Amino acid sequence: MEILLNGHRTETDAADMVQLKRQVYGDFGLDADACKKCIWIVEGFQTDENLPLREGMTVNWIQKGIFPPKEEMESMLCARHTPHVYEKAKKARVAVAGLGGLGSNIAVMLARTGIGHLHLIDFDVVEPSNLNRQQYFIEHLGMYKTEAMKALLSHINPYIEVTIDTVRIDESNCLQLFAEDEIICEAFDKADAKAMLTEQILCYCPDKTLICGSGMAGYGPSNTIVTKKLNHYFYICGDGISGAGPGHGLMAPRVTVCAAHQANMVLRCILGLDAEDKEDSNAE
Amino acid sequence: MIRVNGETIDGAEGMTVADFLKSHGYPDRMIAVECNGMIIPRKEWGETCLKDGDSVEVVRFVGGG
Repeated sequence: MEILLNGHRTETDAADMVQLKRQVYGDFGLDADACKKCIWIVEGFQTDENLPLREGMTVNWIQKGIFPPKEEMESMLCARHTPHVYEKAKKARVAVAGLGGLGSNIAVMLARTGIGHLHLIDFDVVEPSNLNRQQYFIEHLGMYKTEAMKALLSHINPYIEVTIDTVRIDESNCLQLFAEDEIICEAFDKADAKAMLTEQILCYCPDKTLICGSGMAGYGPSNTIVTKKLNHYFYICGDGISGAGPGHGLMAPRVTVCAAHQANMVLRCILGLDAEDKEDSNAE
Repeated sequence: MIRVNGETIDGAEGMTVADFLKSHGYPDRMIAVECNGMIIPRKEWGETCLKDGDSVEVVRFVGGG
């Protein structure tokens, strides 16, 4: 039968994992110690069980501590994905509007998910008060967030395309900026900017999907942050009421929870699912 | 009869969207307005009148990100 082994279509007569491991360890001449340092991932699940092999299965094996061959790296990066998610993610194009607490976290999650093309837009530079919730490091202080994030993402997943625009988004440029993007994450700080982008995209780009964030200040319960569907092309994540203001700060945990809602909604849209469709409930 | 965010509102028929929002105290820069599934752009709020049977969603954003 044919399986996908570390990204390569591989003919094997092994019927199960024990036989496959024996074959691979033999082919690579690994001794007992080297074999102990290997992990095996079958259809997105890391396991030592002797599972039966089936035609077309995705299997990855990784030698811990050994830098993998370049052509196998991409397959290893997504070895823990649910099968067939990576292929769909790779074809998608997603914009992140604003690279602050929401946007920097969303961008990192989408890069790890393997979204094939990320379009990142922000006008600002990284400053120290950003580090309490945004995905930057001390070494990024003073850099444009777009450039810092592009550099950071290249260390996470070099197999995605990242386009950046260092510009402030307003009514005069937003339709042109997002012309090529299928899905847009609104990740601004200011409420009026959120409203402006919503109006522009929903009114003039009815075929694009917009995923907004609203209400994640403070340290209220995580469980009040939800993904709300307003229509098939418009979702809002957050608790809807916890705005930032004097006495109401923004901190990593709730901002990251909200960013994760947005990133997961992006993935669900790519997979053809709505906010609460249940037909995918097999494991995710 | 007009429904706004799922609630029945009396006496709004014939009002412009702009007047309705003002009279109900909505913070006008921080909202988006949808009527019968279509977004009404800000520049049309002053000339769009609410009519019987309209279903309006006022999406109110709060700051932070």
